[in-house]
Amino acid sequence: MLVAITQLLCCQLVGEVIARVLELSIPGPVIGMSLLLIVLLYKETIPQSLESTAEGILSHLSLLFVPAGVGVVAHLTVLGNEWPAIVGSLIGSTIVTVLVTGWILQRLHRGRFDES
Amino acid sequence: MNPNFEEVWVYLSASPLTALTITLLAYLFGDWVYQKTGRMPIVNPVLIAVIVITVGLSVTGIDYWTYFEGAQFVHFLLGPATVALAIPVARLLKTMRDGYGVLAVSLLTGSLTAAGSAVFIADLLQASEQTILSLAPKSVTTPIAMGIAERVGGLPSLTAVCVIMTGVIGAMFGPYVLNAARVTSWRARGFAMGVAAHGIGTARAIQINQNAGAFASLAVGLNGLATATLVPILYALWQWWSG
Repeated sequence: MLVAITQLLCCQLVGEVIARVLELSIPGPVIGMSLLLIVLLYKETIPQSLESTAEGILSHLSLLFVPAGVGVVAHLTVLGNEWPAIVGSLIGSTIVTVLVTGWILQRLHRGRFDES
Repeated sequence: MNPNFEEVWVYLSASPLTALTITLLAYLFGDWVYQKTGRMPIVNPVLIAVIVITVGLSVTGIDYWTYFEGAQFVHFLLGPATVALAIPVARLLKTMRDGYGVLAVSLLTGSLTAAGSAVFIADLLQASEQTILSLAPKSVTTPIAMGIAERVGGLPSLTAVCVIMTGVIGAMFGPYVLNAARVTSWRARGFAMGVAAHGIGTARAIQINQNAGAFASLAVGLNGLATATLVPILYALWQWWSG
């Protein structure tokens, strides 16, 4: 597990360095994820320790958004007097996006994606 | 007040230990409520935890930055967790033989719908131009969204707030919308949650079904890249069009 955590941190660190050196607008962790993905696709199998550590972290992914969520409430004033338009747009747009994306993927791939 | 108690209080209100413990307790409470109410998506553990902590902070008079000094240990893990998303995606891609074209079409449609519908509705509700531009990248992960907002002339801090709200809205209402539209495939459900509600939607998908989680993880990464490319291009086109 310690090895797996170190591997994840190394990927993030390299990602952060690349993002800064090349002045990319893509965040370091996303570059780190892409690097790890490339390595894993080249390998025959995914190391068991990495599998179980990732599963452990990702099963509590929701928790990691709590501090940012508290920050949102603390900074709600940034919405200003336009908050009804903003909230309306967020709710409407999110519902439409879920609907359109889920529907089109299921529709296009009916039969092949549904065995799960 | 007992002077000894006061000393303890000063220690507790400033120590990272308190903020960290409270974050975990509030989340466990939120998850307990979610389990007890029959796992309804509308009972969102993140939202419950946020409300509990916000009320707690205002009652005790602790300000957000003091809280965040402790809570940043949890926040920090978002980085390695993002890297860890490579594992379900790798597992998925290793077993996937075809369907790449279908995924690309769904991704493009979803990405354009997310940005386009946000802009369209906000414009309909007469939001200012800066607000509309801040809303366009709201379906992707926070750092990418803030970068896009900055590039097209939005307000990054407003975008950050909108991104988190989008995630919670998606996690709460997305499953009902998918039920109503009779989207039964776990993969399509996961992909839709990832495109529309980034990491927060993905977190839900991972907890519900392995296939949904893998497709959501793939969708978050891809939509981040797609939106970072598409929104600035669309903005440039729109500026050119309107002279």
